[in-house]
Amino acid sequence: MATLLQVKGLKTQFFTQDGVVNAVNAIDFDLNEGETLGIVGESGCGKSVSVLSLMRLIPTPPGRVVGGEAWFQGRDLIKMDNEEIRSVRGNKIAMIFQDPMTSLNPVLTINQQVSEALELHLGMDKRQARRRTVELLDLVRIPDAANRIDDYPHQFSGGMRQRVMIAMGLSCNPQLLIADEPTTALDVTIQAQITDLVRQLKNEIGMAVIWITHDLGIVAGLADRVNVMYAGFIIESADVKDLYADPRHPYTLGLLGSIPRLDAERKTRLTPIEGLPPDLIDMPPGCPFAPRCRYALDKCLTENPVLETVARRHTVACWVDVKGGSR
Amino acid sequence: MADKEILLQVEDLKMWFPITQGIIIQHHVGDIKAVDGLSFFIRRGETLGLVGESGCGKSTTGRAILQLYRPTGGDVYFQGHNLTQLKGEPLRRMRRQMQMIFQDPYASLNPRMTVGDIVGEPLEVHNIARGRELRERVMDLLEDVGLNRYFINRYPHEFSGGQRQRIGVARALAVGPEFIVCDEPISALDVSIQAQIINLLEEMQQKYHLTYLFIAHDLSVVRHISDRVAVMYLGKIVELTTRDQLYYDGRHPYTKALLSAVPIPDPAVEEKRQRTILTGDVPSPANPPKGCHFHTRCPVKIAGTCDVIEPEFKDIGNDHWVACHRVS
Repeated sequence: MATLLQVKGLKTQFFTQDGVVNAVNAIDFDLNEGETLGIVGESGCGKSVSVLSLMRLIPTPPGRVVGGEAWFQGRDLIKMDNEEIRSVRGNKIAMIFQDPMTSLNPVLTINQQVSEALELHLGMDKRQARRRTVELLDLVRIPDAANRIDDYPHQFSGGMRQRVMIAMGLSCNPQLLIADEPTTALDVTIQAQITDLVRQLKNEIGMAVIWITHDLGIVAGLADRVNVMYAGFIIESADVKDLYADPRHPYTLGLLGSIPRLDAERKTRLTPIEGLPPDLIDMPPGCPFAPRCRYALDKCLTENPVLETVARRHTVACWVDVKGGSR
Repeated sequence: MADKEILLQVEDLKMWFPITQGIIIQHHVGDIKAVDGLSFFIRRGETLGLVGESGCGKSTTGRAILQLYRPTGGDVYFQGHNLTQLKGEPLRRMRRQMQMIFQDPYASLNPRMTVGDIVGEPLEVHNIARGRELRERVMDLLEDVGLNRYFINRYPHEFSGGQRQRIGVARALAVGPEFIVCDEPISALDVSIQAQIINLLEEMQQKYHLTYLFIAHDLSVVRHISDRVAVMYLGKIVELTTRDQLYYDGRHPYTKALLSAVPIPDPAVEEKRQRTILTGDVPSPANPPKGCHFHTRCPVKIAGTCDVIEPEFKDIGNDHWVACHRVS
């Protein structure tokens, strides 16, 4: 499989009154064509900021991408001027957001909002765009699309609005769809509808997907590869089955141990991760997870480990081999 | 468990909110039937989980039980007293026995009060302690919930979400209640912090022999913490049974769909799972469908029956209640 996106040393900081927030700390990752990458982590770990940086959607000031490259189809997204990035955004790379209630414009009809990208990027006239909009709404399984196209967002439910967002995302046949917690605001039965839809569309269209979430359950059913993030670092990256069957970073292990499973046989006590994530302004010098880590060594408090390969397509940033001894 | 005494009995509980029209003269044009005829009981020392999607009436149920809303109809018996008939001082005295933990630890603590004032207030209100004794009690409570006893003079903004929720737990425990309604106590918290609070609630239950009504939308969490689980849909309980029977032998089609919609953090399991994906959305509680409320989304509905006749909430034996025409 060919590589679609290659991110190298991406670093984003926010310059605030209280100091410099190290939101994303020189992360590297690749994404192949047609692959689904899950980015997992807790709030404030940099999962959203990292993809917003790629899309050049970081509000400046206070934020700035201070370093790194992001190669997409032979071009570096970070170095593009505004005009170039606009031709990529919403066209080759589409994005859907967490809150379908606020990401649609309440005073424009669904047709006006979906057609906009078609007219802008594909140069369609109004009639063509309208016809294509109906097709797209059909594609995302909105019942009776031809009649609902002139409705306003408030006439749609949350799940339906997220379908409209996906239709907008798909309008220009993107090679990459970035979904930033698209189901977090939705109920669980609606969430199942949306994840199922994305799974089907991915097969039909063959696009790559980056799915950002805090829910390890969703990733398990959806992703091919997973990056686990903590405090602005990728701390583990693996194929989805390897990550769950053979987690190597103490944080990944901790996350898996701290969530109740629906299919758990008996009532077992959960093992929480004690403590809190670090302050991104005043980061500890060593491994960011060391203060909460059960396996921490002296070295962990002073030196930050980098990602190293521990198995096929499996990298971990940790000084300790959780399967025994230090590395 | 089955022979334990019943602490709380709810009979045909109804909580309707009026819909009015007009600015000066308000006409009553309808009702939102947030809770529409619930009957269940909670045994002493158990945790009853109440699960459902947003807007199904689960939080309203919790509040109506505690008489934070005065129910439109039905009875709530707690330790032999019918709470719906009590008011004033007798009701206030009952409140010592029943407390609540709220969802949002950022909104449920007054930012201008110190932790000592927040946790100490119920002790003062109920004349349990004052002065030095009160401070000692508060400090002990803070220690109980895993906070430093010298945090007593701090303000809520100095704490993280998980720590704030611990303060909320301490406040609920302050008066030594029997029964606590936990209304989505972990859904505002980060994944790694959720387990800390779940464990704390379990420890406190053991230590103080508490009875919980645990309200949440996350079935994995509810199954973990509860002894029995009630599934709500649009103002009604559709199924109520033990945590294991619900998972292995859930009978109501909504329960089954809900179970199959919950993602399991294991790719090997996810790959093999059979999913029932419901179509459509939850209808509006202002205008619920006739007959069984679930029939508009139900994959196995019987035309002519389910859309006309409301199913009865039946005891099918073995601590298992279901409201479905398909289940006999």
